[in-house]
Parts: sequence; structure tokens; C-alpha cells
Amino acid sequence: MNFPVDELEPDLGVVRVEGRLNMVTATQLKDTVTEAVGTGKLRLVVDLTSTTFMDSSGLGALIGALKTARAAGGDLRIAGANEQVLMVLQLSNMDRILRPYGTPEAAFGS
Amino acid sequence: MTRRGSPDNLSHAQESRRLLWLRIWTTMTLVLGFNYIGWRWLASVNWANWWIAVPLVLAETYSIIDLTLFSITIWRSRQREDAPPPPLDSDVDVFITTYNEPVELVVETVRAAIKIDHPHRTWVLDDGAREDLRQAAETLGAGYITRGDEWHGKPRHAKAGNLNNALLQTQGEYILVLDADMVAHPAILDRTLGFFSDEKVGLVQTPQHFINVPPSDPLGSQAPLFYGPIQEGKDGWGAAFFCGSNAVLRREALMEIGITGYVDATQRTVINRLKEARVLVRHSLRGADPSAQEILVQTRNAIDHALAEISRAEPIAEVTYVLHRKLSQLSHATVGDDMAQLADDLDALGFDQAAFNIDSEEVISRLAALDLSPLNAVEAVDRTLQAIDIGRSDEAQAVLPMATISVTEDMATSMRMHARGWKSVFHNEILAEGLAPEGLAASLTQRLRWAQGTMQVFLRENPLTLRGLTLPQRLMYFSTMWSYLSGFATVVYLLAPILFLTAGVLPVSSYAEQFFLRFIPFMVANQLLFVFASRGLPTWRGQQYTLALFPVWIKACYTAAANVWAGRPLGFAVTPKAGTRQTQIPWGLIGWQLAASIALVISIVVGTIWLVTGHAEPIGTLINLAWVVFDLVSMSALVGAVRYRGYHADEETR
Repeated sequence: MNFPVDELEPDLGVVRVEGRLNMVTATQLKDTVTEAVGTGKLRLVVDLTSTTFMDSSGLGALIGALKTARAAGGDLRIAGANEQVLMVLQLSNMDRILRPYGTPEAAFGS
Repeated sequence: MTRRGSPDNLSHAQESRRLLWLRIWTTMTLVLGFNYIGWRWLASVNWANWWIAVPLVLAETYSIIDLTLFSITIWRSRQREDAPPPPLDSDVDVFITTYNEPVELVVETVRAAIKIDHPHRTWVLDDGAREDLRQAAETLGAGYITRGDEWHGKPRHAKAGNLNNALLQTQGEYILVLDADMVAHPAILDRTLGFFSDEKVGLVQTPQHFINVPPSDPLGSQAPLFYGPIQEGKDGWGAAFFCGSNAVLRREALMEIGITGYVDATQRTVINRLKEARVLVRHSLRGADPSAQEILVQTRNAIDHALAEISRAEPIAEVTYVLHRKLSQLSHATVGDDMAQLADDLDALGFDQAAFNIDSEEVISRLAALDLSPLNAVEAVDRTLQAIDIGRSDEAQAVLPMATISVTEDMATSMRMHARGWKSVFHNEILAEGLAPEGLAASLTQRLRWAQGTMQVFLRENPLTLRGLTLPQRLMYFSTMWSYLSGFATVVYLLAPILFLTAGVLPVSSYAEQFFLRFIPFMVANQLLFVFASRGLPTWRGQQYTLALFPVWIKACYTAAANVWAGRPLGFAVTPKAGTRQTQIPWGLIGWQLAASIALVISIVVGTIWLVTGHAEPIGTLINLAWVVFDLVSMSALVGAVRYRGYHADEETR
């Protein structure tokens, strides 16, 4: 089962991660992103507005997804992270690589 | 001081002689009873009408078992000798429990409590947290205790919680518990403390007697049979019950059951949670992706190991600590793997991973801690971690001395004390007098609560299986529980004669000589047994109510079952002590009884018509008419009850 992807523009998709982004759902995120990139969505926003919890596996999946997008010549950004998710990002310094945006629309300045 | 039950204070020899005769009479009654019920089962069930014949013979069997348990009880109903003088240095706290009773009423109780002769401290346990009561108590020189913030959002456990709260804030070696309306006699402690010179005695209970009840006792408030032969008999078997008020308890006994209760509850909770977690882990194993699968397998093994250790009686704290450590190592390893993968990805992305410091021990530890652990991913593992919570965080207090499994915390508490080997004493002397409800509604509420509480204990901590009780103690507790099942038998006793008189449905195969020879002697012996057992005290009102309140007993059974098995609320209400007089006749309270009475009257008319017109069998009809009259006379107690307007001392001369 994959996370839903909304199309903002033909090449810009929003992956909505609902519930927990963790050891169990990490694979789902990787699969979703690989599939979206494969269908031409080279710019992706991972919308974390409805994400209640993220652990180290979730964090790993975000970076893995970034790698996938970059490898295809695209980019991946994140938006709407809650306090707990921000804490994990800051703790690992990953906020310096994945800058948290307020909304998916703001992520690519569209 | 009034010694109840023996107006002329029988001597020891007289008491022994009385008991001997009582035992002979009891044996004879039981022989007659078993002879009757044996004949009923073997030779007189009218199988053609099995749908009423079988319920009837079952109801009769119920009654015979009830009589047997009563007989066992009174077999040892003997008055105790007076207590030895109390040790002078015994340190006593007097607890007055109140919730919503009028302040003036509580103040009277406090005044009397302060005047108790033996040195003591008096405390008002106010669950209503009323400022005016606090001031009144402090002016009189009594302590005032109410619930603190730690109870916020936690189960309050009504009166049991109120007492537990106070127990942890006081130090007295003994505790006298008084309801808000129970005015104590100054000698109450001098007359009871001496029993504690036996170091295994944990409880001394005295009778509850009510001053606002006329001699006719329209609501059946006094319980002379219970606070007499029944409690004396239970005492004789080492099983006198705690009845919530007018009793002295040994703090050590209460704390001991509180602590063992805590240990048991913790163990049960940990085992149950671990078992649940194991089931969930197994469930998640199916279809989990490979990365999660290995962690799940290891978690399952850790849980299995912990459960095995617990069943080998290893200390819970140690087992849970080891499990905790193991899960924490797993968590650490998982985070380490995640971070290593992440570092590789960063390399692939062209970042200098060293700049981010992601695989530092500090970062890994933080990400592996309980709140962020990847093990939380699996709900099952999350639960396992919760199972390790042994602080009883769902309760305001970890140690609950008064049992909280029932709305009748008193009976549940004394049963646990007995199971731990503590002894109890019933001292049959009125040493405190209180107020009974003055209206039928309040009285019914009270009886419903007692019955519900008793059934809760029966379903939650069945005395027949509770470890540590002696066989007689088991039977004494079971006897009280059994007696609350009478409502179902009563329904059959009401239906059977109505069916016979109106429709000619015959539940027994014979109403002739055979029946008379077995039934009449038994019935006579049975009635006389009550007279002898109660030493002539008025027990008839109690017998009437046992039959007449059948809807209350039935309601208590099904509400308690729904509460224990399905977690439904009981609709628990505190019995009002004052202002319970009724101004209108509350017919609605006794709807079922009215319907039954009307049906009984109709059956008399119809039965008589059949008899006079020669269509009915005369002997059977007469027996059933007598039976119906007995039912109606029992039910008639309610007529006085619904019309009762409260107690006025001058209306009836004592």
C-alpha cells in the first residue's frame, strides 16, 4: 500500500504521509517516491501535516527518497512537519539538508 | 449499653444448652427438608408441564440450599464473652466518612466521636470537600481530610477511596470507622480494643442500629437476624464480615492486604499485557516487511523469556528490567542500522556525512529512547514497553488497603483479610446508633447497592476459589451471595400458584397425602427454626422483604453482571441519610410488586370460582390458595412502606 500522491503541476507531486512514518511505513514512502519519480513527477513534496510520529527509520526513508529524486534529476522537499518530526530533524542535523516548509505550496515557491 | 439478642445476658452454660437445642432442631429441619426435596425430584415432578414444573423444583432446591447454608451459619452462633481490657497505649484514629450529608448531622457525629473515652484522634473524611465542614471540624478539635490533587482524573472509588486516602495520611495502630450519621457510645473503644490482644485479629465489627425507626419498622431497616445470629454464626466459623461502619480495624492488616493486592495486581497486569503483546507480535509477523520482521522475532523471544521467568517466580521488577534492557538494545541496534544507511545515502547525495555527526552515540541514544524508538512502530512492541509500567499509573494510590473491586468495599476487604489469615470478631453490643433511610426510595437504593456490591465480589473474587480461605469461610461468604439470588426463585413461587388457580396447570404430580406428609412438617420446622435462631427477635419483616423486593434482587444480579463482564456502570448512588422522607406515595417504585399482587388477587377469585363450581380439585386448590395468601401477606409490607412518612418519636410508643 502506497501513500496518496496529489498532482499540483504535471511534474510536481505532493506525497501525503498519514499517521506514523516509522520502521513499518518507511518502505511505503520509498516505494511511493520511486513510483512517482518513475511517472515523471520529478519535483516532489512530502507533506507531513498529517504525520503524527517519525523515528530514525522514517528519517532514513526521507533521505533515501531525496536520493531517489536527485538521482532522477529531480528534487524532494518536505512541508508541514509537526514538533516531534522537527525535533528528530534537528537532532540529526537533517534540517540542514531538508529544509522544513510551512505548506506544500510554499515548498517550490509556487 | 444494650446487649442485643440476650436481654437477660445468658450465662455460658445456658448459652451452650440453647445452642445444643438449636442444633438438634436445625438437624431435624434439614432432614425434613432433604426428605421433601428428594421426593420432589424423584417422585413428584409433573413432567407433562415441565416448563413450570422444572423451574418450580429448581426454585425449591435453591431454597433448600439457602436453608442449608443458613443452618451451617447458625450452627455456631454463640455470643462471645466480653473483650479483655484494652491495652492503654493503643493508638487509635476515628474516621468519620462523609460525602453529602448535612453539616449539622456530621457535626453531631463528630461531637460524639470526640467524647469517646479511650484516647484517640478524630478525623472527618469529607469527600464533598466542604469548607463549612472543615471549619466546623477544626473548631471542634477534629482533623479534616479531603482528597488531594493526586486523585484528579483518577478513579475515586467512593467510600473505599475516601478511607484509603485517609489511611495514608494518618498513623494510628487501630482505626474506628463510622458513617457520617453513626453517633458512637463513649465506651465503643474500651469495649472492642481488647479483642486485638490476639495479634491475628484484624477486625472487630459491632452491630448497626438505627434510632429513627419505629418498632413496626415499616422499611425493614433494622437487621436483627444479620447483626445477631448470622454474624455470630459467621464469627463462630471465623468469618465475621466487615460492614462498613461501627468497626475497628487493625492498620497492619489493612496495609498488608493493600500491599499484597498491589503485588498481585502488578503481576497480573504485567502478565496480561505481555500475553497481549505476544499475540500482537505474532499477528504483525505475518506480512511484515523483512526489516521489521527480524526485530519482531527478537521481541517475541524476549517476551517469551520474560513470561517464562515470571512463571518461575522470578521477581517481576527484575524480569521487566531485563526485558526493558533487551528491547532497548534492539532499539539501539535498529537506530544504528538506520543511521548507517542514512550516512551511505548522504554520501551518494554528495554531502560530507562527517559534517552532520549523525552516527554519534548521543544522536543514536536519543533516537533510540523510549519516546522516539523505532520499536514503537509496531503497536505490539509499544504495548510491551507499556507493560513494564509497574507504578500503577492508572490509580491515584499504588497501595489500596480497602478493596476497590466492589461498591460494598467492606465485604470485599474483610474477605481479603480472611484470605491472608487475619481473624475477625463480631461483638454483639450496640455501641453506635445512626439513621436509617426514611423513605422507600432511599431504602431501595441502599438495598440495591448492597446486593450489587455483593454480586460484584462474587463475580470478581469468588470466595469459593479465592486462595487462603478456609472451607467454612468460603461457605459463609458464599451464603450471603447465594441469598441474593432469591429474586429468581420468588418469580417462580409467584407464578406457579397463579397458573394452577387460573389455568389448572399442575406443576407437581400430587397434592394429596404424600405431599402433606412431607411438606407440612418441614414448613413448620423451618418457620420455628427462624424463631429459635433469632431468640424471639422480630425477623418477620426481614422475611417479608426478602420476598417482596424480588425485582431489586434481580436487578442487582443483572446490573452487577453487566458491570463486571461488560464494564457497564452500575448507576451507583450514595444512600441519602437525611431528607429522605417522601411526600407522595411512590407507587412507581413497586410497579412489579403491584402487578404481581393484582395477579395473585385475581387468581384467588378465579380459583375460588372453579372450586365452588366443582371444576377444580379441592386439596390442590386449597394449598395454592394458602400459598397465594402467604405471597400477598409478604408483599403487604410494601403497603406500609409506600405510605411511611418518616419517623416521629411520639407517634408510636416504644
